[in-house]
Amino acid sequence: MTKKKKMLTGADIFFESLREEGVEKVFGYPGGATIKIYEKLYDIDFLEHILTRHEQGATHAADGYARVTGKVGVVLVTSGPGATNTVTGIANAYLDSIPMVIFTGQVPTSLIGNDAFQEADIVGITRPITKHNFIVRDVKELASTIKKAFYIASTGRPGPVLIDMPKDMIAAECEYEYPEKVEIRGYKPTVKGHKNQIKKAAKMIREAKRPLLYVGGGVVMSNASKELTEFAHKNNIPVTNTLLGLGTFPGTDPQFLGMLGMHGTYYANQAVNNCDVLIAVGARFDDRVTGTTETFAADAYKIHIDIDPSVIDKNVLVDLPIVGDAKGILEELLKELSDKPSQKDWWTQIEGWKKDCPLEYKRPDDQLRTQYVIERISEKTNGDAIVVSDVGQHQMWVAQYYKFNHPRSHVSSGGLGTMGFSVPAAVGVAFANLNRPIVSISGDGGFQMNMQELITAFYHNLPIKFFIMNNCFLGMVRQWQELFHEKKYSFTDLCDSNPIFTNIGTALGIESFSIYKPEDVDDILDKVFAINDRPVLVEFKVSKEDLVFPMVPAGSSISDMIHKRLKPKGDIL
Amino acid sequence: MKHTISVLVENTFGAFDRVATMFSARGFNIHSISIGETEQSDISRMTIVTSGDKQVIDQIVKQLNRLLDTIKVTELTGRAITERELALITVTFQKGSLEEIKNITDVFRGKIVDINNKSLMIEVTGPPRKIDAIINVLMPFGIKEMARSGTVALSRGEQIRPKNEYKK
Repeated sequence: MTKKKKMLTGADIFFESLREEGVEKVFGYPGGATIKIYEKLYDIDFLEHILTRHEQGATHAADGYARVTGKVGVVLVTSGPGATNTVTGIANAYLDSIPMVIFTGQVPTSLIGNDAFQEADIVGITRPITKHNFIVRDVKELASTIKKAFYIASTGRPGPVLIDMPKDMIAAECEYEYPEKVEIRGYKPTVKGHKNQIKKAAKMIREAKRPLLYVGGGVVMSNASKELTEFAHKNNIPVTNTLLGLGTFPGTDPQFLGMLGMHGTYYANQAVNNCDVLIAVGARFDDRVTGTTETFAADAYKIHIDIDPSVIDKNVLVDLPIVGDAKGILEELLKELSDKPSQKDWWTQIEGWKKDCPLEYKRPDDQLRTQYVIERISEKTNGDAIVVSDVGQHQMWVAQYYKFNHPRSHVSSGGLGTMGFSVPAAVGVAFANLNRPIVSISGDGGFQMNMQELITAFYHNLPIKFFIMNNCFLGMVRQWQELFHEKKYSFTDLCDSNPIFTNIGTALGIESFSIYKPEDVDDILDKVFAINDRPVLVEFKVSKEDLVFPMVPAGSSISDMIHKRLKPKGDIL
Repeated sequence: MKHTISVLVENTFGAFDRVATMFSARGFNIHSISIGETEQSDISRMTIVTSGDKQVIDQIVKQLNRLLDTIKVTELTGRAITERELALITVTFQKGSLEEIKNITDVFRGKIVDINNKSLMIEVTGPPRKIDAIINVLMPFGIKEMARSGTVALSRGEQIRPKNEYKK
């Protein structure tokens, strides 16, 4: 049946297309170039527009929303500065393969290239940080462009897609019909894994004496956590996660080795170095995972399952690539394999490493430590919360000490490492209405980068716990300065310049607390987790010069881990 | 080692830029790049000459494939191909050297397409190595200006008689 064609303006087509795509939330900020869209928005009731306080905030919010829902995050901003403010958020989504569609207004087509008021070549600017981008040069192409954008963003290896809409295209009229199908001849992602490759992989895994699953964010994207868990259990294979893979396998499971890589556990990294078959699923051998690539799982037969052919052999040469969607491939592998070998020697070895070097920090302690706070949060929430971390030391401690039980629960800027991500991303997460506790954890530095979005949280009564781990330092940089740069704490000491965080919260109408004693942690957590109808803020004044261990120095082999301060100061470990 | 990659791309706004951006963003070399329409007006062919080891070339091909505007990527190195480049070379001449320059042009099957009392312009086509050679030979006379088109290349057809010919 063909749909009835009607004459609509670009602004109408924009909303009709979003309705067709089932968009429920749009994060945005109005401006001159998009004013006609906002005029229409006034009467739109099938979607909710969330006004953030900055376009970067809108982009991270859409990113957070997409990560926990699996839906495409949608951003709407104006031309020029509105568009350029989204750049960090787009790059962030690009590196972590998050499905997003970003709509930017643009100056009228007749003015493009004239250095017009609020003009920026956002298509040119975002070319290397989007999966694809478009400029609409004819209103007749608007609907099909939107259809394509949502299709591209959400299929294959997901990613952000940008559509630039000149002001005159938003105003112009044309016949509207939403296309039913998308046909892009240069874009045909391989979804189904190659049968023979899967058979070969099954054979190698069956013959393995020391197999290891190295699992990344691709398994989250593919919604394959259930299949992965079943596969690991039925074949008795230990699992290690990348930062973005956390939650795909239960954090409390005895087969779980924690995170691998630079700040991964000793036993995960030992397992990588000693395994004979490494099964990488939805992971890309990132430099923070591998350290120097020459020694990474050097003796292992490497199987690499990923939907993006370009990550195969990019950093580490593998023996057996399987290109396709992780879910389907794991299902196929499950059909081939489920005889549960005991792997007794391998497990004895792993248990030995776990005993030799567990994750640890000094406790009990008179100083408040981020590790302790995160452990308590993990306990209080049973690993069921959605934890939105920022970037730096606390992010690594979240990865080490929070026991994630579910996928799509650990929201973190992995690839780009964007400080200031947590506060706005948590706002986006809250709009997913998942009825689970939402914890935003930032350091004192990152918190100040996008703290304007507290206002958005306050305005919408979002039930977010904003936790600030205040060590008065840009902790991760300070850690590198201490370990590798002669303790020259150049511009990382924030002690004299930090604001009074509770005053900031209070000024924005958010109930705010500050604690510094370890014995107060449980009480404050009980108190704030009982609040479910509004945001709260807690500043944890944590020890100033703590270090994240274990650590593999950048570019070293992951067998060269540092476990404690090289020159002990007496208070650590 | 130099590699020639042939890429069919959508003949759209920005397809060329996407390819060029990808090369610079990922730090790959470009020795030459040329683009023009194909027999289908909505498709352009880019011929890219690049260099790198096997892993690098493999990545370049994969990253090219990853772009949505690319329709087909073919690595031509090691295949039977025809490669051509065009160059326009303006050479200055003195009394007596004109004849010599004309002879050189003939040897390379070039053409003199413009001349005045101080310089002349030579048009020459051929594989890039031949262009390099004529440039070397002309260098001593004084090359005033030069424009090279970059390489274009196509795979050569397989020498198979069409099947239906036997039926006739």
